[in-house]
Amino acid sequence: MTASTLPERATGDLAPDEYLRYSRHLILPEIGVDGQRALRRARVLLVGAGGLGSPAALYLAAAGVGTLGLVDFDRVDLSNLQRQVLHGTRDVGRHKLDSARDRLRDINPGVHVEGFPVRLTADNAQEIADGFDLILDGTDNFGTRYLVNDLCVLQGVPNVYGSIFRFDGQASVFAAGDGPCYRCLYRQPPPAGLVPACAEGGVLGVLPGLVGTIQATEAIKLITGAGTPLIGRLLLVDALHWRQRVVRVRRDPLCPACGTREIRDLSDAEQLCAVEPADDVDAVFGAVPEIEPVALDARLRAGDALDILDVREPHEWAIASLEGAVKIPLAALESRLDELSRDHELVVHCKAGGRSAQAVRRLRAAGFKRVWNLAGGIKRWSEEVDPSVPKY
Amino acid sequence: MPTISLPSVLTPLANGEHTLSVSGNTVGETIDDVSRRYPSLSPRLRDEAGEPYPFVTIYLNDEDIRFIGGFDAPVQPTDELSVVPAVAGG
Repeated sequence: MTASTLPERATGDLAPDEYLRYSRHLILPEIGVDGQRALRRARVLLVGAGGLGSPAALYLAAAGVGTLGLVDFDRVDLSNLQRQVLHGTRDVGRHKLDSARDRLRDINPGVHVEGFPVRLTADNAQEIADGFDLILDGTDNFGTRYLVNDLCVLQGVPNVYGSIFRFDGQASVFAAGDGPCYRCLYRQPPPAGLVPACAEGGVLGVLPGLVGTIQATEAIKLITGAGTPLIGRLLLVDALHWRQRVVRVRRDPLCPACGTREIRDLSDAEQLCAVEPADDVDAVFGAVPEIEPVALDARLRAGDALDILDVREPHEWAIASLEGAVKIPLAALESRLDELSRDHELVVHCKAGGRSAQAVRRLRAAGFKRVWNLAGGIKRWSEEVDPSVPKY
Repeated sequence: MPTISLPSVLTPLANGEHTLSVSGNTVGETIDDVSRRYPSLSPRLRDEAGEPYPFVTIYLNDEDIRFIGGFDAPVQPTDELSVVPAVAGG
């Protein structure tokens, strides 16, 4: 099937090859021919073609969802392949949408893929989402998650939600019918820097596979009307200790999105997402002074009395380290301050700059005056100063 | 005793334990107990004023405590508390 023939086939009977392709669905009473035709008519927008979007797109394409919209501005990086199974080694460097389109076409040429090679913003979100029946949130940052949620509330389409970090996963269906939205669960995002991203904190590669396929399952249930979707319920998964549970999510009458309706357009929402640290936590979460990698390199070469503190975890030291660095994991910092000289300037680094920023704040609170954060961490050091230091 | 369950991301702050037995007659008292025993966990559970964060939801059994009295909600010996912080990875 080509994209141009989709509208005619979308409303008609299943073709002979479709009866065979979807036969395992057709013999499920909960789906059957009507459900399969509903899947073929459906238009699902996936925001993010990464860890969560990969399994979700693969399974939704295989299931015969007629139109898959994909929003992703990124290119495939080697470090994506541990979990982003939509893309392969030969795709490194390609736009994710190009590689996704090829893979999805191979899985099911009957699926029409609409690509949006942009970052979802308050300005473009409503236009992109127009005409889609539901949105699957596979983003990797709080700003876009709140944007997707508020977009879904405003457009009246379900938000099929999944989120992951390290070994923990969450899934739910927000903004569907009378159910709650994401802001009912978490009114506001945490201040920037408090919760590390997967690039900094890591993620088990299988975890987005688990959660993304739960999202695909929920999308199929919403489209076909089968079963009981996760509306008003939050599925929690801890893959490390294998704990899972479902807790209740109530609709919050004071929710600015679906309760009081204070958020009338997405620019309102953007302001609500831009959470400024409160005064009393400014010392914990505020900005810290930084030094650029090339500047640190120049000062070290000049023989300046600078100490380097590495606050990553021991398993990261085994991957890559800076020569001569004092190594104290962030969690142990307060108990090991006597290992640091207060007479020298101190440059703190981690992988990408998040944990070391916290360390700088704590050190300054403990009386260290001349302490700087290495901008971009050992990752940027590798990119800009010493490529022999492995990136991870 | 009631228990409090931590996500794996917070277990390093509680000596690697993911489920802790806690004492207290209210949710707030159980959080006090945990905070005394694991001081580095405390700022991940409540703000400096002792109030809940809008991005960390605490469940008492299957109910979000905000809807049943917040930190004043009574806790029974068989109750299970869960800390569910917002995560954004994808």
